[in-house]
Amino acid sequence: MTKVLTDARSIRIKGRSFLAVVLSPDLPLDDWLARLDDLASRSAGFFLGRPVVLDVTDLEICKTDLKELLAAFVERNVAIMGIEGARPSLLGPGMPPALKGGKPVSGDAVAKEPIIEIRNMPAETQPAEPEPRQVLQSLVIREPIRSGQSVIFPEGDVTVIGSVASGAEVIAGGSVHIYGTLRGRAMAGSIGNINARIFCRKMEAELLAIDGVYKMAEDMAPGLRGKSVQLWLENDTIMAETLI
Amino acid sequence: MGKVIVVTSGKGGVGKTTSTAALGAALASKGERVVVVDFDVGLRNLDLVMGAERRVVYDLINVIQGEAKLSQALIRDKRLETLFLLPASQTRDKDNLTPEGVERVISELRRVFDWVICDSPAGIESGATLAMRHADVAVVVTNPEVSSVRDSDRIIGLLDSKTVKAENGERMEKHLLLTRYDPNRAERGDMLKVDDVLEILSIPLIGIIPESMDVLRASNIGAPVTLADASSAPAQAYFDAARRLCGEPVPITVPGEKRSFLGKIFGRKAA
Ligand SMILES: Nc1ncnc2c1ncn2[C@@H]1O[C@H](COP(=O)(O)OP(=O)(O)OP(=O)(O)O)[C@@H](O)[C@H]1O
Ligand SMILES: [Mg+2]
Repeated sequence: MTKVLTDARSIRIKGRSFLAVVLSPDLPLDDWLARLDDLASRSAGFFLGRPVVLDVTDLEICKTDLKELLAAFVERNVAIMGIEGARPSLLGPGMPPALKGGKPVSGDAVAKEPIIEIRNMPAETQPAEPEPRQVLQSLVIREPIRSGQSVIFPEGDVTVIGSVASGAEVIAGGSVHIYGTLRGRAMAGSIGNINARIFCRKMEAELLAIDGVYKMAEDMAPGLRGKSVQLWLENDTIMAETLI
Repeated sequence: MGKVIVVTSGKGGVGKTTSTAALGAALASKGERVVVVDFDVGLRNLDLVMGAERRVVYDLINVIQGEAKLSQALIRDKRLETLFLLPASQTRDKDNLTPEGVERVISELRRVFDWVICDSPAGIESGATLAMRHADVAVVVTNPEVSSVRDSDRIIGLLDSKTVKAENGERMEKHLLLTRYDPNRAERGDMLKVDDVLEILSIPLIGIIPESMDVLRASNIGAPVTLADASSAPAQAYFDAARRLCGEPVPITVPGEKRSFLGKIFGRKAA
């Protein structure tokens, strides 16, 4: 039998971009893994269900060590969807595929269609038609973000008129503004932006991050709790001050 | 067309079944036609609290599977003639609870009753999402403690996304029912304060039910607390909540608040 190549029903293949968490380990790996464990233990479930890419561009590593590193991720339930920056000889069967062309999404690389992922959010809170050529974008959500919900907006600022519950998260490429109590997680500058800030009317956060620098609830000065607070980045350290 | 209410919580053991029975009986005692529906397949309880466990022949799954007619499965309450129970199956697998079946049963019930009150199982799995799926109104049952509040918050998120109302872009009416409120523990600061719970969940409060032995006594004799002892504190609180569900503006009092206020005055005098 010859294959019919002109079958009317073709397979549709679509391209789609996802925002992945990129991990770039450094040497010695044991130390780096200890730091990863520290972050994961204080932020349970952070890597669960998230696409994670392993970037080994600047890592001096041989195939055996890479295999061991991958096993270490499996042990920690971190699912590596691909490896970036690896020489072909490093990779082999049974390993995640090589990934190329990942972009650190920056202001002038704004996607035509914003990648907005609002899980569990009612339809009405989706933003109106995006303006394709505008560089600064913002997403305004007029209701509380509930536990288990996650608002991800790499294109710009997120403003929430309401509270962010414990177990909820807001991840913005730009700044995060919470006109309510921040009890969950807020991550500003999620795709690389040292100038992003986090503002909230009442600080009770579980985790804060700006440009990949994390701060857990227990690391925060007790004087900030319950206060109106802004946070920003200075030399890779998260700074905070009360507002008003 | 009747109103469909889901009584839901996320967390288990907070008082959903107690509240379903108490609110159902409170509404029926005003002459409203009420059916309480047990969605807790495999762990049914509502029949016990209603005192109808020996009269269960057919259940919700039988109706969904076409093995019984709705009229065969409905059990009329012995005390209130406008109050009915649609029991859950204790033996069948909960996979038999199909979305299509649930939709058909709910729309049939809606035609016959003024109120269809669905007692949701705990959790956020299919049993809970099916129980809320066709609701017009949600009663979110919460205890004044952190884990219950967080689970309720999660459930509110699902009510705003996984229900037919939400999918049609409509707003689900949501009410907070604070149960097992213990004035003594509140005074000692062992429980979240009413204001804190309201601030976290930001949905309107429909009632505060005190922690009370009367609830246990009622379930031991197989009666909703609003029928077992209509003058008891929890029964009164449920009657008030039922009136608020009907849209009556009834002021809410925090149990024990008066006493704690007096207590403060006396404390100061003694000092
Ligand atoms: N106000 C109250 N005072 C004292 N006890 C109460 C009160 N409300 C509920 N209870 C008790 O708490 C227990 C759990 O109540 P209930 O079965 O109504 O909870 P539920 O949310 O339906 O639980 P599940 O999630 O297992 O279905 C029961 O023993 C009940 O008698
Ligand atoms: Mg129950």
